Amino acid sequence: MDKGLTSAIAANRFGLGARPGELAAIGGSGPDWLRAQLDGPAPEIADDGLQSSASILAQIYDLRRAIRAARAAGANTASLSGAADDAAAVKAFKKLPQLIRPIYRAEAGARLRESVATERPFVERLTQFWANHFAVSVDKSVLAGLAGSYEREAIRPYVLGNFSDMLLATERHPAMLLYLDNQLSMGPDSRAAWKMARRNPDRKPGINENLARETMELHTVGVDGGYTQTDVTAFSEVLTGWSIAGPDGWRAGAQPGTFLFRAAMHEPGSKVVMGKRYPDTGYDQGVAVLHDLAAHPATAHFIATKLARHFIADDPPESAVQRVARAFSQSGGDLPTVYRALIDSPEAWQQPVAKYKSPSDYIVSAFRGLQLPVKVEKPPVGLFQQLGQRIWAPGSPAGWPDRSADWNGASELLKRIEWADAVGQRLGPRRNAMDLAPQLLGDVLSGATREAIARAESGAQAIALMLAAPEFMRR
Amino acid sequence: MKRRAFLTTGALAASGALLSSRVTFAGTADGRKPRLVFVVLRGALDGLAAVPPCGDPGYASQRGDLAMGKPGTDGGALPLDGFFGLHPSLTFMQQSYAARELIVFHAVASPYRDRSHFDGQNVLETGYPQPHAVETGWLNRALAAMPARRALEKERGISIAPTAPLVMRGPAAVTSWSPSHLAPLDDDTLQRISDLYSHDPQLAQKLAEALAAEAIADEQAGGMADTMDAGDNRHPLLAQRGKPGAQYAEVVQAAARFLGREDGPQVAVFDTTGWDTHFNEGGAKGQLAARLAALDAALRDLKAGLGPVWNDTAVLLATEFGRTVAENGTRGTDHGTATAAYLIGGAVKGGRVVTDWPGLSGRGLYQERDLRPTQDLRAVMKGLLADQLAVPERALESSVFPGSDRARPLRGLLRA
Repeated sequence: MDKGLTSAIAANRFGLGARPGELAAIGGSGPDWLRAQLDGPAPEIADDGLQSSASILAQIYDLRRAIRAARAAGANTASLSGAADDAAAVKAFKKLPQLIRPIYRAEAGARLRESVATERPFVERLTQFWANHFAVSVDKSVLAGLAGSYEREAIRPYVLGNFSDMLLATERHPAMLLYLDNQLSMGPDSRAAWKMARRNPDRKPGINENLARETMELHTVGVDGGYTQTDVTAFSEVLTGWSIAGPDGWRAGAQPGTFLFRAAMHEPGSKVVMGKRYPDTGYDQGVAVLHDLAAHPATAHFIATKLARHFIADDPPESAVQRVARAFSQSGGDLPTVYRALIDSPEAWQQPVAKYKSPSDYIVSAFRGLQLPVKVEKPPVGLFQQLGQRIWAPGSPAGWPDRSADWNGASELLKRIEWADAVGQRLGPRRNAMDLAPQLLGDVLSGATREAIARAESGAQAIALMLAAPEFMRR
Repeated sequence: MKRRAFLTTGALAASGALLSSRVTFAGTADGRKPRLVFVVLRGALDGLAAVPPCGDPGYASQRGDLAMGKPGTDGGALPLDGFFGLHPSLTFMQQSYAARELIVFHAVASPYRDRSHFDGQNVLETGYPQPHAVETGWLNRALAAMPARRALEKERGISIAPTAPLVMRGPAAVTSWSPSHLAPLDDDTLQRISDLYSHDPQLAQKLAEALAAEAIADEQAGGMADTMDAGDNRHPLLAQRGKPGAQYAEVVQAAARFLGREDGPQVAVFDTTGWDTHFNEGGAKGQLAARLAALDAALRDLKAGLGPVWNDTAVLLATEFGRTVAENGTRGTDHGTATAAYLIGGAVKGGRVVTDWPGLSGRGLYQERDLRPTQDLRAVMKGLLADQLAVPERALESSVFPGSDRARPLRGLLRA
């Protein structure tokens, strides 16, 4: 394979876009550069002021208590001064976005800073791949406060570990339990359900299938993985009780805002999921099912297909999918082994610009290439929304799609160009696109682009042309 | 304005990517130009909440806390045809029904019978019986199959989205538009970029499409300002914040703007999301009620924006599948099968509920949990394409909805 091309492919497709000097540092040995990034523990994001999910949830609990108190006061005095107390409730309610928005901005900014600065961009790309695989979405408003801490707590620590551990960490994380509505799912024959029925015979508590279904369909075996509605129902029952500790969580021995298995809500009895009977071991029943789902051959194939689509081509060659799936199965889900199989796939190194960048990839690669600052006090989160990919907002548990046709819309292209132009105007002569283009695109840089940049009427225009070039739109 | 000048004189026109095909519109013989809007309701909208079968003896007991009261009761459903009601949020839809501009199809489903959103949406959009059979959408293939006289014109379809949803992807030239709050670039830079794309047919075409859409949007924005923006310089979404339907305001205004033009696209598509109500769905009030109110307001705005063109318009709203008949354990509903679909507009021969109602009693249910599908959504789509866009029936069977021969086109949905 062409050594110059391997540098460009390693930095731009496996990485997040070359920084000045990166291609030279790779020196034509793209695969080695990638493999070296898999050594050592996964990088942490340790910005000041980022809070844990538990701490954020505790603040949300406090706020909800204040809202309830204000409402109760309003109800008690409704005939006398109801309007005034109602205003107090509204005021308390409005504090929720005030609490959540700065958290979202800080988290998104920290993630972007890491993306721009990291010297292990392959690991960061994998982190974002997995965060998208186990997607939560901020259009459910509480998730805007939790998406960032979820990624730091349930994804990052496991990116260079075992798939099974990441699966368990994500499914039991409060962000996922809230996103897929499991925290109140209750076994119809559980102790809590009986108690509820005695108090209020009209309420029929029961299961919520969402988490169980999406865990099978989107996180493990895939929609063709061989499960039926009966399996979804049974797995939902297995997962009853997987919940979150409330403000009084300490009474159950759990820190408020962390995972709590509520045994009283758990559907008793053994359950059959995908042909295997699981005895009722409470919380461990769910762990056992997840463990088996992680080891299922369909999961290996499903994950391998997604990885190959992300790193090789929209329709990845079956040979590469098989190789990665085999590495997944044979290593028992050891992720670095899986990544190495991907790096070892010759198919990944054959087509230099096979993938159209997502808006997020496009922005991050421009930030890296031009060394644009990510301001702590004012991270450019709005830009991602403008270009069509608001951070942590895929809008569905399936995450963002990953094919060119999902991103190469006419309107979206024009926005990229408009932004490229704005960046050029802002930087003007402070960056030299003539110097930068070969450093960022290497052997992928075309003669036409080189010429267009050379003939630009200004430094600003040269930058716009570089960022708008076809080879910069792709990876 | 600048960009428009560029368009008519620029190299893009010479390269033939788009503008060479600009010809004067020729409508039907009577000068009428039919418009079609498809609204994708992503997330499985609960048809039993939007159009509750209040007259079904099983309805109240099966639905439990989610059941809507009978029309006329406090917080009850809006009256429709005596048996069905409408969710109290859907006031514009009810007016449209009364004005005979709304048809509700109930117990309807695509051929998809499992319960994955993503496969369900794929079938809804590709129009094939199986998910992931193709990467093109039925609406695009219908545009490609329209009589040549029309197909020769420039883009007949537009997605009000940054990138076309699957239903609009395919062989027919279509475009997309979504609001940009970035400054437009100068003609010289644009010219150089389009030159740079002359070696890259894909990007060249996308850029040409984007500029054409932008030109229409720019030109029309002036004329719309007095009715829509009322001198308010703020971002339109900020100006609208707080009103029901605010999140759709910009999209709906744009759709109306594009469709309103005599030489503009004939078909528009946009998405709505947030219908996946597993938790705290609510009844007459609550989460789903607020979303339905927003959707209802968006349709009202679309009618206002289209003005007289509304009379030539049919808007189809459809979702990937329905939701369970019974409430789940968390005051919501889980994924189901059949649901309702909606056809609204001045061109629609409305004022009726089209259904072969299976009933909500135990035996009528599909797999003992869902509303049983008794109508194929493709029959509605085929009838609409045949009557509104004059898509030949042969093409409907062969290229638009392959494998749908048992779903005969439902004709007579539109005013003659």
